Amino acid sequence: MGKKLLIQDDKVPGIHTLEVYRQRGGYASVEKAVKTMTPEAIVEEVKKSGLRGRGGAGFPTGMKWSFLAKPEGVARYLVCNADESEPGTFKDRYLMEKIPHLLIEGMITSSFALGAKTSYIYIRGEYFYVARILEAAIDEAYAAGYLGKNILGTDYSLDLYVQVGAGAYICGEETALLESLEGKRGNPRIKPPFPAIAGLYGCPTVVNNVETIAAVVPIINMGGDEYAKIGVGKSTGTKLISASGHINNPGVYEIELGLPVEEFIYSNEYCGGIWKNKKMKAVVAGGSSVPILPTDLILKTAKGEPRLMSYESLSDGGFVSGSMLGSGGFIVYDEDTSIPMNLYTFNRFYHHESCGQCSPCREGTGWMEKIAHRIVEGHGKPTDVDLLWDIQKRIEGNTICPLGDAAAWPVASAIRHFRHEFEALIPKTAVAH
Amino acid sequence: MSKPITIKFSDASLAEIHKIMSRYPEGKHKSALLPVLHIAQAEFDGWLSAETMDLVASVLKIQSIEVYEVASFYSMFHLAPVGNCVFDVCRTSSCWARGADDIIKHIGKRLNIKPGETTEDGMFTLKAVECLGSCGTAPMLQCGASFHENLTPEKVDALIESYKAEGKRKSYTDRDYKNTL
Ligand SMILES: Cc1cc2nc3c(=O)[nH]c(=O)nc-3n(C[C@H](O)[C@H](O)[C@H](O)COP(=O)(O)O)c2cc1C
Ligand code: SF4
Ligand code: FES
Repeated sequence: MGKKLLIQDDKVPGIHTLEVYRQRGGYASVEKAVKTMTPEAIVEEVKKSGLRGRGGAGFPTGMKWSFLAKPEGVARYLVCNADESEPGTFKDRYLMEKIPHLLIEGMITSSFALGAKTSYIYIRGEYFYVARILEAAIDEAYAAGYLGKNILGTDYSLDLYVQVGAGAYICGEETALLESLEGKRGNPRIKPPFPAIAGLYGCPTVVNNVETIAAVVPIINMGGDEYAKIGVGKSTGTKLISASGHINNPGVYEIELGLPVEEFIYSNEYCGGIWKNKKMKAVVAGGSSVPILPTDLILKTAKGEPRLMSYESLSDGGFVSGSMLGSGGFIVYDEDTSIPMNLYTFNRFYHHESCGQCSPCREGTGWMEKIAHRIVEGHGKPTDVDLLWDIQKRIEGNTICPLGDAAAWPVASAIRHFRHEFEALIPKTAVAH
Repeated sequence: MSKPITIKFSDASLAEIHKIMSRYPEGKHKSALLPVLHIAQAEFDGWLSAETMDLVASVLKIQSIEVYEVASFYSMFHLAPVGNCVFDVCRTSSCWARGADDIIKHIGKRLNIKPGETTEDGMFTLKAVECLGSCGTAPMLQCGASFHENLTPEKVDALIESYKAEGKRKSYTDRDYKNTL
């Protein structure tokens, strides 16, 4: 049994209400923070905790917070990224739906640390009902004095709002999110300037994932040093994993970082093994954007060490034999899965979601979808697999935002590890040209 | 020049719109655009006509073009009429792996339409969409604010019957969502 710090109470009846949440110790971090700590001290605890962003990139949260510019007389903002649209990822929805006050508590404590007086939770439009749950919880928090003017009788005041998007994966990219929150198309901005200098309305802004902000609560309650003892190496703390695909028990699991991948997949406490007594073929470990790995490489690194659920272990071997922890969207595929067909669903996704600003991404994702489609339909040409490889290489690193890379990596890894499956679909009679 | 606007928001919607506009700093009310478009779509027959978008522009005191360019970017905004119940069926990897294509086919056969089409009686629109954050309960579809998960053909049949019996327009903004696992 690993430690749980976030969703241990998810099955407690009424945990979505302030009353029950408080009975389980809720809002202690707000009491502690606004009454007994300085904003700097909170940032220090988060730094000590080693917490890394849970939205996908894994950037150290305390460091990100310390980059926030603090010009005199200019508003600062904390914006929570609840856009959650990376295929395979549904943990933020679970957390917000089951324990909405945990996110709100984290938002208050974090906003205090950053000196934000207004904060927003930007949630994907499809989660409208979750926004309703959050809004009901926010109303309760206002009524109890955790939000609004003079929180718990201190000088600190904060307003918190939920903003609903309208269906666009790209709005999860932090600068696209800010554009969308300003009422515009979700076109990512060219960086620099980074949001820490010029973000929402041109003001210094921190954008953090739902789970990152929720993790601030146990960090402030237990102290950064204690938090850092949980997990393995530089992968401190716990992580929510969204498990889906061909497993017996799909769902959201909180794991202590460092859990062996094999245990996660086969233990009944977690995924419970592969469905229908089949064998596993491959895993996408961190959401659709990260490289897919075949069974041997997801269970063990190329050096033969057991692969662990941690930032370092999952990326061991680079993109040649490794992958990434990403958003924790863990998709498992059984032995009968067509990897080319699965790739085609990703190609279609990225083409649909490209905002169209950069030609390598806009055109490249379209071409990849088209070529993958003709391969799976049995009309592929002998040169198509090389062509796919070539296109993904030309996208990677040549775009304004990382969506281009995210579209390229699944293609590269599927070809790298499963080339034979693509070639097997190309008709023998096809002529090259 | 746009045509004169002949429609207006209900008082309840206007009150909600003003509440939303108060969430942003002075002069930044354009931020209300996405939430207000959702309200407009729900109020005016489930889609955004040019007139509806002009109304939104006038309420927010921005140019109509600013509304059109945003409405056309986001996939939840419909720029043409749709049925009362729009079935957004996910077909991305995790859902595909657990049979989403069969679900889409099944719905299509039941309703006698293809993805992108609306039934003749204007009751249903079928859409094949990308990941909706329900990958662990795949296959799934969204209708209005409700998520219907772990779908089987039998469940889909029952859903179609219950939506038919209800006979109401479903919107993403509905407060009476009925998720089914
Ligand atoms: C195309 C794209 C989509 C993204 N989607 C999300 C998302 O849905 N949720 C999220 O938290 N981060 C997402 N990110 C990462 C954000 O840009 C940003 O790094 C993150 O919100 C920072 O929060 P963290 O440091 O707490 O992880 C996305 C990035 C890209 C390039
Ligand atoms: S990489 Fe793609 S999604 Fe990102 S800015 Fe360029 S075109 Fe838009
Ligand atoms: S893949 Fe269908 S909901 Fe995520």
